[in-house]
Amino acid sequence: MDTHAALYEQGKARLDALRQFAPRQQQTLLEKLQQHGISRRDFMKWSAMVTGMLALPLPFSNLVAEAAELADRVPLIWLHMAECTGCSESLVRADTPNLDSLIFDHISLEYHETLMAAAGWQAEENLEHALETYKGRYLLAVEGAIPTANNGSFLTVGCKGHTGLEIVKHAAEGAAAIISVGTCAAFGGVQAAYPNPTGAKGVHEVVSKPVINLGGCPPSEKNIVGTLMYFIMFGKLPALDMFNRPKWAYGARVHDNCERRGRFDAGEFVEEFGDHGAKEGYCLYKVGCKGPYTYNNCPTERFNHHTSWPVLAGHGCMGCSEPNFWDDMADFEKPLGRQLLHGLDATADTVGAVILGATVVGIGAHAVASIFAKPLEE
Amino acid sequence: MSKRVVIDPITRIEGHLRIEVEVDENNVINKAWSSSTLWRGIEVILKGRTPMDVGLIVQRICGVCTYSHYRCGTEAVENALGIQIPLNAKYLRSLMLTSLFMHDHIVHFYHLHGLDWVDVVSALSADPAKAAQIALKYTDKPIAAGEGELRAVQERVKGFVETGKLGPFANAYWGNGTYKFTPEQNLIALSHYLKALEVQRVAAEMLAIFGGKSPHPQSLVVGGVTSVRDMLSPARLQEWKQKHEIVTDFILRAYQADIVMAAEAFGTEPSVLGGVNVKNFMATNDFVLANGEYLFDQGVIMNGDLAGVSDINPDLIAEDVSHAWYNADAPQHPYDGTTIPNYTGFVERDTVYGKLPTLDGDGKYSWVKSPRYQGEPVEVGPLSCLLVSYARGNKVVVDAVNALLARTGLPVEALFTTLGRTAARMLQTVIVAQEGLKTFDALLTNIQSDETTYVKPHIDPSKEYVGHAMMEAPRGMLSHWIRIKNGVIENYQAVVPTTWNAGPVDANGKIGPYEASLIGLKLEDPTKPLEVIRIIHSFDPCMACSVHVMDFKGQALSEFRVSPNGQ
Repeated sequence: MDTHAALYEQGKARLDALRQFAPRQQQTLLEKLQQHGISRRDFMKWSAMVTGMLALPLPFSNLVAEAAELADRVPLIWLHMAECTGCSESLVRADTPNLDSLIFDHISLEYHETLMAAAGWQAEENLEHALETYKGRYLLAVEGAIPTANNGSFLTVGCKGHTGLEIVKHAAEGAAAIISVGTCAAFGGVQAAYPNPTGAKGVHEVVSKPVINLGGCPPSEKNIVGTLMYFIMFGKLPALDMFNRPKWAYGARVHDNCERRGRFDAGEFVEEFGDHGAKEGYCLYKVGCKGPYTYNNCPTERFNHHTSWPVLAGHGCMGCSEPNFWDDMADFEKPLGRQLLHGLDATADTVGAVILGATVVGIGAHAVASIFAKPLEE
Repeated sequence: MSKRVVIDPITRIEGHLRIEVEVDENNVINKAWSSSTLWRGIEVILKGRTPMDVGLIVQRICGVCTYSHYRCGTEAVENALGIQIPLNAKYLRSLMLTSLFMHDHIVHFYHLHGLDWVDVVSALSADPAKAAQIALKYTDKPIAAGEGELRAVQERVKGFVETGKLGPFANAYWGNGTYKFTPEQNLIALSHYLKALEVQRVAAEMLAIFGGKSPHPQSLVVGGVTSVRDMLSPARLQEWKQKHEIVTDFILRAYQADIVMAAEAFGTEPSVLGGVNVKNFMATNDFVLANGEYLFDQGVIMNGDLAGVSDINPDLIAEDVSHAWYNADAPQHPYDGTTIPNYTGFVERDTVYGKLPTLDGDGKYSWVKSPRYQGEPVEVGPLSCLLVSYARGNKVVVDAVNALLARTGLPVEALFTTLGRTAARMLQTVIVAQEGLKTFDALLTNIQSDETTYVKPHIDPSKEYVGHAMMEAPRGMLSHWIRIKNGVIENYQAVVPTTWNAGPVDANGKIGPYEASLIGLKLEDPTKPLEVIRIIHSFDPCMACSVHVMDFKGQALSEFRVSPNGQ
């Protein structure tokens, strides 16, 4: 527990330092919550929930609450690269006014092309101003991959015609931390699928600083907000797995927490969409579910205010939070079977394999991968 | 002495768009160039993959109209393979489209387009009591426009402004003379801006009920829809209907009222009374009602002649790349196109902001191609959709359009303006929301006796298949074209709404809707070109969508290369 005590002290010191900065919002967070009919008690409950989500002991919930209140001391710069805006949309479509969205609202959003009022020359001025004024302090979020072929000329942004590559490198220099939001920024995503005509890469491949990768197409708003909270609290990166994804969110396989796991164990499979098994909620492995190879918290967190997630809607997981999933996980409606994944051998899971008989299952795929998870970054 | 104005990034859109204009000594625009500055090459990536994965891949073209490409790609494959999907699957797909339109259009008007009409700073000097009275003028049951609520909104925004820390509202064009709302009207619209943030989430949940999530739903497959459990659950169906009511309520009591208010306030503002200079419009039929009928009609209108609407002939579509960053000898039909990138960069010249790299208008200057119908540019989108149905005498549309014209006292010509384009999007939202219930009821009736949602597709690897699908996406007519050989994708092409609207000039010197819409526009201050942004936003740009068009017919991937200087 010593490490937790030390971490707690670290968090306290960090928040004391943040408090010295001027608030960037007129209202305190608590006033804002009150306005939306959210009581202090609800807020403390939320803090405890986030503490659990981040895999921290309960006493940390005081720190979480404090960090949320100090979110307006942290400038956030959000860049759009080779993307489809789905990740921004995921955040905008988050729960109806709930704490996550209000806290995002409380963070000091300095630059975000989809939401900001300014345009053109004036928008570019805002970006330059923010990079200069908050040098060394701002959080940098990147949505989309970085095209690198042809000197990056497949993407230019702004009146000065800078390439996306130049802009990201420049913005990374003064960032206190960098978050790749979504599979494109993290691993290159759809434009990096074979034959990757634009030389699209993840952010971590073009900057020389540590980057937190939030896989997912798009990632859920919970994973985005939780990551922001951790940074505000400790000013450093959380424990990450071998692909630099926060372990608290990407530590378990979709398959392990799936609501249809019992069906898998019982050997009850959907053989064809719309059949009897589909109506009964049988396991989707045979129609292509990639849950056994995918690390994310979709089954527990779901999407859109907990409305649904792909498996509930009768379609298998497609593995969208994994590197190279467009190539490695295709065909999306056929079982993967045994093959190399991320260069690791996909070994069969005896439980299902026995019942499946002829269908070879490659489950437990890179469960081994989590063993290599990195220790806490210092 | 003409001056060049560069606007990049155009914010509050999907993707990366650069607009440049040239103004004369009176600040009137005489030339305009529209350029997309990102190419991702998704079409190239599709080649050689299984047609069953098309939908999920092309969906990633865009996360805003997220469901459109998913459905269109899936249906192009179904068309190629000759699959007739079950009636339930048609209804579910239509209901998902209804959900998407309700979401997309609300977000577009309030969060992307709204700040072109609403001066946030002006709202600070409004009298909330008076504003509450004014709100009653545009609807007898306003939402989020009571005195107390308006006062709270005002105080919230005041807080922003007094600290001088405007965050996302910083450095915009507040105070520009072409903002026409009174402070009270600005306050009402600002209150709806905030309310719409809540309502759009509910609309996104509607899409997630049958789609699994939003953005990027995951319940369509070649042959049907997978969310059979949701379809058969009375609780789930009820949930959709309840959310539909909440969102429809906002559309009628806020969105519709705000457009009526805008028509009154901006009815004499010259900068929004032009903007429709390509008088050709195209739309396809979509939204399945009971009995296999469609809510909207298909057709083409040329030269603004509503009396002469004709059927779409897909063979007359071709694409020109003479000014796009690709190489090709002549305009090509979607089945036979090529996409060979050829980036030629910018040209340095003087602008109102000093020396800058600018677009080479005489050469190539965009990643968007220029689609043409019979060699003519065409506008697509909600305005085109309503005009085609209006011209066809579609009763639902005719009644809705006439009611709005009567309500605002505007002549039918007012439709052919930036204001008309924005109003058409609202009307389309109202119609889709109200008529969507007919589809919902048809589904309820059908599942009493039929639970089928899927037919298994079959591909014969020794055969070659060709197919396409057309649909009405939130930004207009969308078509996907596919060729399948040896059981995999041989080539693929998407002709996207924003491509029709945003493409560069063609080989014959004909300009597309974006560029044409800006000619003759007078700017109050060329260094703060709000008027340009307002007009371009009225099209609801979606740049990630627009940049693709391809086909690799007879071209090996090894030949695919990019030359930095166009040699």
